[in-house]
Amino acid sequence: MSERVLMKGNEALAEAAIRAGCRHFFGYPITPQTELAAYMSKVMPKIGGTYLQAESEIAAVNMVLGAASAGVRAMTSSSSPGISLKTEGISYMAGSDLPAVIINVQRGGPGLGGIQPSQADYWQATKAPGHGDLHVLVFAPSSVQEMVDLVGHAFDKADEYRMPAMILADGMLGQMMEPVAIGEGSGGSNVEKPWAANGHKGGRKHNIVNSLYLQAADLERLVKERFERYAVIEEKEAMSESYMTEDAEYIVVAYGASARVAKAAVREARSQGIKAGLIRPITLWPFPKKAIKDAAENAKAFLCVEMSMGQMIDDVKLAIECSRPVEFFGRTGGIIPTPAEVLENIKKLAGGDK
Amino acid sequence: MAKVIIDENTCKGCELCTTACPKHIISLAKDNINLKGYHPASVTDPDKCIGCAACAIMCPDCAITVER
Amino acid sequence: MAIVFQKPKALTDVPTHYCPGCTHGIIHRLVAECLDELGIEGKTVGVAPVGCAVMAYNYFGCDMIQAPHGRAPAIATGVKRSLPDNVVFTYQGDGDLAAIGTAETVHSATRGENITVIFVNNAIYGMTGGQMAPTSLPNQVTQTTPYGRDVKTAGYPVRVCEMLSTLDGTAYAERVSVDCVKNVMKAKKAIKKAFETQIAGKGFSIVEVVSACPTNWGLSPVEALDWLRANMLPYYPLGVYKDKTEEEAE
Repeated sequence: MSERVLMKGNEALAEAAIRAGCRHFFGYPITPQTELAAYMSKVMPKIGGTYLQAESEIAAVNMVLGAASAGVRAMTSSSSPGISLKTEGISYMAGSDLPAVIINVQRGGPGLGGIQPSQADYWQATKAPGHGDLHVLVFAPSSVQEMVDLVGHAFDKADEYRMPAMILADGMLGQMMEPVAIGEGSGGSNVEKPWAANGHKGGRKHNIVNSLYLQAADLERLVKERFERYAVIEEKEAMSESYMTEDAEYIVVAYGASARVAKAAVREARSQGIKAGLIRPITLWPFPKKAIKDAAENAKAFLCVEMSMGQMIDDVKLAIECSRPVEFFGRTGGIIPTPAEVLENIKKLAGGDK
Repeated sequence: MAKVIIDENTCKGCELCTTACPKHIISLAKDNINLKGYHPASVTDPDKCIGCAACAIMCPDCAITVER
Repeated sequence: MAIVFQKPKALTDVPTHYCPGCTHGIIHRLVAECLDELGIEGKTVGVAPVGCAVMAYNYFGCDMIQAPHGRAPAIATGVKRSLPDNVVFTYQGDGDLAAIGTAETVHSATRGENITVIFVNNAIYGMTGGQMAPTSLPNQVTQTTPYGRDVKTAGYPVRVCEMLSTLDGTAYAERVSVDCVKNVMKAKKAIKKAFETQIAGKGFSIVEVVSACPTNWGLSPVEALDWLRANMLPYYPLGVYKDKTEEEAE
């Protein structure tokens, strides 16, 4: 079915997961993500899948850990406060080399925060999705279509690299409806999982899914091996979109919902004679350092636009090794910046020139 | 006839078998230390063993095999 | 002469790290004997806790998963929902199951999750050096109740079997002990019945095994079993607290 249908972001995420062969979803209600779980509760029973509303986000992520250990594709989704509860489970999955997909439909924080969209979990997702030396793949869609595409991609890459993958969306993307072509989807993993704990049936040594290594040298060796895999991922899997950057002097860096706003502002700036461009990270980890560094060749300055107090800005500065000024504009608390506000900041950035 | 085989180096000298034995014929070998540094349990009077396996049932380390 | 008693096949050859006289070893053996006798080791997945039994994944011959502290029942749920024909059990201590994992325990029971929980109640946190557990007795001296557990400030011990037996999802709940040969044999029967309850698809089964911790009780292994009989059993009466298999049989 690749004809286009009008679909709410949260539901499109769920349908995409099903198309990717996910038959086990463990959820918990939390605004603005709940429609995803509700959709799963409608569809999974009809296709012989598991929809289970756990007693907490903690239990839900551990059910995913169990299902992933058994070798199946499993997913959980939540929003910011719920993701904080899942970070223990995410760390254990990373430490046990388990593939799974976790979706964060971000809301304002900290604490109970608000229920409007936010991007204030960037640091949590990319720097510390759980304790210890670890990364998870982090994908940042900016449209319902891209949410669908990235879910399938996340399952594939999670299986390929045996690690958790996170979709970092937000309340706006989750709640809005857009036409989307979902397509057949992979229908399941093509990766063999000989390590799975699914019963040795007398045919092999028993498998142990575990993250405990009391011998420090063993733990260090395993973490280092994992970081070698991370290095390959950083080399091969970074994704971003460059918009009007070829001759851009002022480059806006923004992802997800704020990238949509920034794109409109960039177009307006161009119409006013300002050579603006946009780089939109699609993978937040691995961060698209190269794309940003290349753009720094002929860019004069960068403007980072986020729905937070500024978190990705650090990575932008690091990517260009502070070789250019990097300014910040953001709204937080759940407020979405307007194109006019972003344009105003682009002009300020270019102010020196005019 | 019955026989108790105690795997000397698996035994941790916990003595649970000594109190479980209805014939009171198991005690820690005071004159012997195993690889882990414990005095292993040993059968002092094998002829009296009735093969009831009480010792093996109470052993936390599966150190005891019983034949009958 | 024939072998009448030997180490079960479902235990690996890895020597356990348990302290001398720790009855975890007996309970491991009973579980393994049941896996052997029911012929299910090949299709069983065990979930190890955080606590003394964390390294159970090295001791059981079936596939094993090591769970975050308290989360074993949730992990077992994830496995069972993915592999409904497999046998899934958790092996947990009192801190794991009745403190941090209370919600996971109660909800896997009230969901009637078709898993088997082996719950080792030794009234102490062993791995971390003898702190108060949710099942530590009133006035029991531990590293964190140096003046004895004062119920006014540290509350009362939890009777898990009684609590879970009130939940409709619980199909089988029995409390047993491994303090003497007779009780060990009864414990074995209970563990086997719990697995059979799961295999019959009747729902959540739990066997609470009252167990000793000589090291952290500050007693010799033999004295520890005496202390268990004198102090634990009165507070934690043995017996069957729920048995749906009987109810339906009538």
